Amino acid sequence: MPELTSQKIPVTVLTGYLGAGKTTLLNRILSENHGKKYAVIVNEFGEIGIDNDLIIGADEEVFEMNNGCVCCTVRGDLVRILEGLMKRKGKFDAIIVETTGLADPAPVAQTFFVDEDVQKNARLDAVVTVADAKWLSDRLKDAPEAKNQIAFADVIVLNKTDLVSKPELAEVEARIRAINPYAKLHRTERCQVALSDVLERGAFDLDRILEIEPEFLEVGDDHDHHDHDHGHHHGHDHDHGHSHGGLKHYHDEDMQSLSLRTSKPLDATKFMPWLQSLVAAEGAKILRSKGILSFSDDDDRYVFQGVHMMLEGDHQRKWKDGEQRESRLVFIGRELPEQLIRDGFESCLTT
Amino acid sequence: MKQFDPDDNSASIISVTDKVRTVAIGMPVIAVHFLGDQAAFVGAEEHVALVNGAGEISKVTVHGGGILCVASDGARIVMGGDDGKLVALDKKGEAALLATDPKRRWIDNVALHPDGAVAWSAGKTAVVHSGKAEEKSFEVPSTVGGLAFAPKGLRLAIAHYNGVTLWFPNMAANAEILEWAGSHLGVVFSPDNKFLVTAMHEPALHGWRLADHRHMRMTGYPGRVRSMSWSAGGKALATSGADSVIMWPFASKDGPMGKEPAMFAPLQARVSMVACHPKQDILAVGYSDGTILMVRMSDGAEILVRRNGTAPVTALAWNAKGTLLAFAAEDGDAGLLEL
Repeated sequence: MPELTSQKIPVTVLTGYLGAGKTTLLNRILSENHGKKYAVIVNEFGEIGIDNDLIIGADEEVFEMNNGCVCCTVRGDLVRILEGLMKRKGKFDAIIVETTGLADPAPVAQTFFVDEDVQKNARLDAVVTVADAKWLSDRLKDAPEAKNQIAFADVIVLNKTDLVSKPELAEVEARIRAINPYAKLHRTERCQVALSDVLERGAFDLDRILEIEPEFLEVGDDHDHHDHDHGHHHGHDHDHGHSHGGLKHYHDEDMQSLSLRTSKPLDATKFMPWLQSLVAAEGAKILRSKGILSFSDDDDRYVFQGVHMMLEGDHQRKWKDGEQRESRLVFIGRELPEQLIRDGFESCLTT
Repeated sequence: MKQFDPDDNSASIISVTDKVRTVAIGMPVIAVHFLGDQAAFVGAEEHVALVNGAGEISKVTVHGGGILCVASDGARIVMGGDDGKLVALDKKGEAALLATDPKRRWIDNVALHPDGAVAWSAGKTAVVHSGKAEEKSFEVPSTVGGLAFAPKGLRLAIAHYNGVTLWFPNMAANAEILEWAGSHLGVVFSPDNKFLVTAMHEPALHGWRLADHRHMRMTGYPGRVRSMSWSAGGKALATSGADSVIMWPFASKDGPMGKEPAMFAPLQARVSMVACHPKQDILAVGYSDGTILMVRMSDGAEILVRRNGTAPVTALAWNAKGTLLAFAAEDGDAGLLEL
């Protein structure tokens, strides 16, 4: 989704397990006095108590592109609805896509990677996941969909915090961070979050893949900042929590993140084929990937992002004087083949 | 056609741009059809602009929102909108409400039968209304991507995920299903009723020979095919989606099976609209850069109708006699050419 980003209509994907509070957040977005008009694609008509002729019912129909590649599922209904909405360009400022509680966000995101017409007119802004502070820990155990939604999120609205104790809240946050340390996390009651924290995030804007540092020591009201390398939040091989800068750390058995970092330059002729073959072979496990790369003999920063097997990347800008040229990559996924990824990454260093 | 006389010695392309009567529609246009001698430019929202031979414009309000689909049989234009309404516009410029979706769902597709029957779809449901008979509806497994009536008999092709359903609204027989993995959007019957072709979400066409359901894969497009037009007599199917017109041969009993398509009029732009002349082997071609050419199928000779440099061409149509060509770009910049 390069150039002309600003003219494209931003699309926010709103996910969350049943009962977490998606509709509450949606109603707030639609009723608050912000001077913007949203087109909303929903699954259940009638839940939204607001009269708006730009609320469209969808059926969450996915189909497989290229005759059956599971990682190339896209939301065909979204393609159609976005095309229809574009006839009313100028009547709204942004689009919100609400998914059902059981939906996998990947087909929605992939629709923006593969469909030429969708890309021309709209851009994916962020995946926002509403989570129920009281029940999320349980759902992470018994509902793979809930785990997917947390892993996929750019923004997590941890809702109903008034229904849990402080230790319970710390517990659920630690569980979230074990899966996804990169998302922005907001604690809310009745989804009282500043709308600027969930809308217009630019999370899929290659130019804004700047902060791929984990966030988990930066949130919370009583944190003290440790000068500490966060590059190893994967690999805690114990499933009990341990105290770490005030937050417990968990290791999630099947969903993790993996971050890689090096200050040695990468060889682009090795790295690109490696990354492509990695997502081709392991894309089913890799939900999201992002990176800022420093290649040898290249004065530009290269940035990329991916969803399962789909990748997009571009030269972003010149490395600034005095800026440390280092490469950072993150993967969030299920049963990530950590050693394989680490070894592969090592082999891409310029020798 | 006297104008079609390209001079082989001429270095530059023959142009008829000075014969075009330009019309400013003043709204984005998604389709154009002739109602008698009037060209009806269908807007992206709410209105149709009727333009008569003198270039006078009159606007008619047909929908309360976006216009999503359009079909015409020459006597009327039928449109479906995001207001859940199906509206017909006749030669007198009078709009009539034909149907309203009870749940106010978008009317995504519409098709017209030569005997006056109309079909439309909302979500997974296709509806047929013919003559004085009651409406009949049929539900397919996923959202309808396209509708087309067979040229003979009352038979409706309903395109959806993983294939096309052929439904006979007046018969008790089960619907036939033509399967092919993927999402099928546009659908057309060949005029001789022997072939069915769909435009897929992927940049490809898929075809079936109706006698034996044999598959025809038509691939190699850089972009999705959004415009298809049968040449006079149905000998070939002209398509958009590439930087030249792709024409698939359908004259033989095997259709395009095992054959290469003809390619005409390559430009540094994507073909966005095609419209074959109703009587002669000539077609009009609109491009993503605003260019419009007329192309002779026998030798690929080109005549320039409109220069490049504007919004994509989104509407292109001949009148029934083939004496008038109407066109419009996405931004509402339109024109009429009399031959």
